[in-house]
Amino acid sequence: MIQNSPALAPLLLLATAISLPVLAIKKTKVAYPVTMVASFGSVIISSYNICLVLRNGPLTYHFGGWFPPIGIEYVLDPLSSFVALVVNVIAFFVLWHSGGIQEREIPGKSVPYYALALLFLCGANGIIVTGDLFNLYVFMEIFSLAGYGLIGIGEKQAPVASFRYLIMGTVGASFYLLGIGFLYIVTGSLNMADVRNILPHIHGNPAVAAALSLIFIGMGIKMAIFPLHGWLPDAYTYAPSTSSALVAPIGTKIAAYVLIRILFFVFGVEFVSQELPITDSIAWLSAIGILYGSVMAMAQSEMKRMLAYSSIAQIGYIGLGIGLANPLGYIGAVLHILNHAFMKGSLFLVAANVRRKTGQSNIAKLDASLRKKLPWTMAAFTVAALSMIGLPPTAGFFSKWYLALGAIDRGNWVFLAVILVSSLLNAVYFFRILEKVYLIPPPAQKTGEDLNPETGKGRGSLVGEENFSLMIPVVIISFSLLLIGLGNATIVEMIIQRIIPLGM
Amino acid sequence: MTSPGMYSSTIPFYAVMVSLIAMPLILLSSRHAILREFWTLAASIVKFSLVFLLLPGALAGRIAEFTFWEISPGISLALKADQFGIFFALIASGLWILTSLYSVGYVRGLKEHKQTRYFACFAVCLSATIGIAFAANLLTFVFFYEILTIATYPLVIHKETKIAVSAGRKYLVYTLTAGVLLIAATAWTYRIAGTLDFRAGGLFGDASFSPAAITALFLLFLGGVGVKASVMPLHSWLPAAMVAPTPVSALLHAVAVVKSGVFGVVRVVGFVFGPALMHQFDLNIFLATVAGVTIILASLLAFRQDNLKQRLAYSTVSHLSYIVLGAALLSPASLVGGLLHIANHATMKITLFFCAGAIYVRHHKEKISELDGIGRVMPWTMGAFTVAAIGLAGIPPVNGFISKWQLGLGSLQAGEVLPLAVLVLSGLLNAGYFAPIIFRAFLKTPAVPYEQGEASYVIVIPLLITALLSLLLGLDPDLFFHFHRLAVAVSGSILGGIGQ
Repeated sequence: MIQNSPALAPLLLLATAISLPVLAIKKTKVAYPVTMVASFGSVIISSYNICLVLRNGPLTYHFGGWFPPIGIEYVLDPLSSFVALVVNVIAFFVLWHSGGIQEREIPGKSVPYYALALLFLCGANGIIVTGDLFNLYVFMEIFSLAGYGLIGIGEKQAPVASFRYLIMGTVGASFYLLGIGFLYIVTGSLNMADVRNILPHIHGNPAVAAALSLIFIGMGIKMAIFPLHGWLPDAYTYAPSTSSALVAPIGTKIAAYVLIRILFFVFGVEFVSQELPITDSIAWLSAIGILYGSVMAMAQSEMKRMLAYSSIAQIGYIGLGIGLANPLGYIGAVLHILNHAFMKGSLFLVAANVRRKTGQSNIAKLDASLRKKLPWTMAAFTVAALSMIGLPPTAGFFSKWYLALGAIDRGNWVFLAVILVSSLLNAVYFFRILEKVYLIPPPAQKTGEDLNPETGKGRGSLVGEENFSLMIPVVIISFSLLLIGLGNATIVEMIIQRIIPLGM
Repeated sequence: MTSPGMYSSTIPFYAVMVSLIAMPLILLSSRHAILREFWTLAASIVKFSLVFLLLPGALAGRIAEFTFWEISPGISLALKADQFGIFFALIASGLWILTSLYSVGYVRGLKEHKQTRYFACFAVCLSATIGIAFAANLLTFVFFYEILTIATYPLVIHKETKIAVSAGRKYLVYTLTAGVLLIAATAWTYRIAGTLDFRAGGLFGDASFSPAAITALFLLFLGGVGVKASVMPLHSWLPAAMVAPTPVSALLHAVAVVKSGVFGVVRVVGFVFGPALMHQFDLNIFLATVAGVTIILASLLAFRQDNLKQRLAYSTVSHLSYIVLGAALLSPASLVGGLLHIANHATMKITLFFCAGAIYVRHHKEKISELDGIGRVMPWTMGAFTVAAIGLAGIPPVNGFISKWQLGLGSLQAGEVLPLAVLVLSGLLNAGYFAPIIFRAFLKTPAVPYEQGEASYVIVIPLLITALLSLLLGLDPDLFFHFHRLAVAVSGSILGGIGQ
């Protein structure tokens, strides 16, 4: 049991994904409960794993009994078990929420949707635990192809957006593949730990530099680091709400994780920050991306599109943390993987609820009737928005705090200014919505039919007319931002600080 | 952690939390006005009692501490009820009781909408204010400071009119910007000093600075706390925020929020930088200049306001800088005077706002030019107004005189004459902009006879109490709350025993 556990989550998800179409061949209604069971199982497994890792130290599992560097190795250390837990937990809540919404958004496609979602998660879990560079590429392909599918089943423009994502994503994956090809040529190994040990001896080799650059560009595309973000806004906007709620919190975070893993744990901090200072470029690009994403988000009139641009900015936070290449920046980046997954997850679910209730999510058309129809969803939105702005005691404040400390440590005042200015820009575009939802009275003729002011239905009572299964996951995710914020020192000390890369 | 004179206690924790606990209760009783108001009053009385319980210990030099838990490796969310914290907490929580009472009369008199939100936000604001007062380190301070920003916003936009919404935007732009500056300053301080715990006399120890760095750090701090302290040119949100209901202007924009700002200034000057650094880099001269300019300019601007609350707002801007000036001069008496002015200005200005609200509730008048002869129908209200106005002009026996006297003394102790001149001039200006109001109210005959008299007793009683308090504190500044003793102790601790 113990040494098998790293492989359990990806295998469970893979097996369910493959058998789901068969199981659901007669009764499509089975798809949802089966998926929920598998997803819950992956949450249990990753919770168990993280407990194990925190108690006993890193776990490894050798596939088929082949020892590395020849065989494929799965590695669970505090970082990978943490990211796996985050991904599985957020996916569980999004899938829970999808039960009440996918039938309406993508009628008749529940089986493919759930099968793809499980494949997507299987890919994500595989990427996180694998200790092998080529195996990572394989899982990356599973992950990405499922992602294209999830996005493509949306509305009319979705296939086009998905196709564009596919082209970009494939280019990214090919860059990555080329990169590890170069590495394999010079090191003769694909095992991360092995490559890590060999690389210091051949640092002068131009092939290593080429490999690093190629891998960075490849992952940069997947991560949507500015200026490689072109695919993201359309993909997130036109995908079904329930897919964007799944892809947005997980997709780019996985690429960020891979970047952290490869830069700091394969190439090594010293190499990427001094010999070939790629972290500087990452930091500067991210800083530009933060400002660009925030400004573009302010200019959007559609809520999902706004959230998509905001994702580009938030990815910039993670990129900036990576680029700072010091412990505090690293803490900020890893913590922000968690924080942003929860924030964006809940925000996209809010957008999904708004769309379901009103049929659209155009910011100009939002008004106070929404607060009466969806009081809890809007409360969740408020908490998530405050967290995006970075106000204490929400989780977002602490991402900002560690990144600010990291920027100061680095002595770079531009980065500090970018982090702080961006939180003000966040305030602009979130308060724009909050103002509408809480203050702008609904148009007069609509009030009669929607609100029933005479009977006061839905007003004052706590639940209103909200759909429970749509409301509860959103509320849980977004209110846990407060807990994450208040308990962040525990997370940082128990998990993130345990695995600060060597040489930072 | 615990040094002599410190003891661990949960009282500061409960003092912060009591109104936060009251908030859901208020929300749940949204349909029962009486219950909702009961929770508010109960929370305010309990809060004040808890703070008052800490007073004897603080006077004897025993300081209660409470640590929640770590919120960032090495930094805890921690409360410490030192003399300065108690000083501010006493004022804020004490005046909250009166404001709650007054609010009940006010919102009922005007049949305000969304009273639940109003009382709930008020409760959160007070939790944040006490949190600011008791914050043991800068990060805890920032924590509550930002909560206060957000909790005040719904109160500013309470009326939900276009003007209110745009005032709310202005408020957010100023205060959120201030928030990020404060975070930057805090993070920087942590990297330099390795600690964020407030320490009387400065927390930097023997860290070395370049003059440019320390000036930049000081400016960041000043931007952070200066907005709420409405130091010019960061003041313009305050007059705009007067669109809020009058009890909000009275408690938050004359006491809790703005005093959190000046409280922050004193914390930064006395407990982060400390007198030695302030003098070494001439930061005190800079701060005093800013404060002096603010005092005079805001007084001049007050003349131009016909709207009563606007005039009071500019007067607040000016008086807040008295406190900043007191902190900047860094002499024993100036610190005592500045601190006392936190209390004294609070009782006087809250009286004036209460009066403005009483007039608005009863007669729906907001402009000074419409107040002819109102003193004849509202003798108690305008009597209280007169007492407070006299006090703000610095005329004995009202408490404003005491703080101004100490400030004047302090400026001489610091060897400066200019601040004294500023204070004298400002006293004249105060008299200049308050006298016409009193003159109109009592001596002019109204164009149209008033149909109504005094506002309801729930409104009049609080304002009489605050006026009486201003008078009594003017006769004996140590009365009840030992404000003077606390101020002397704080000043002594900042200056390292000189004042004691």
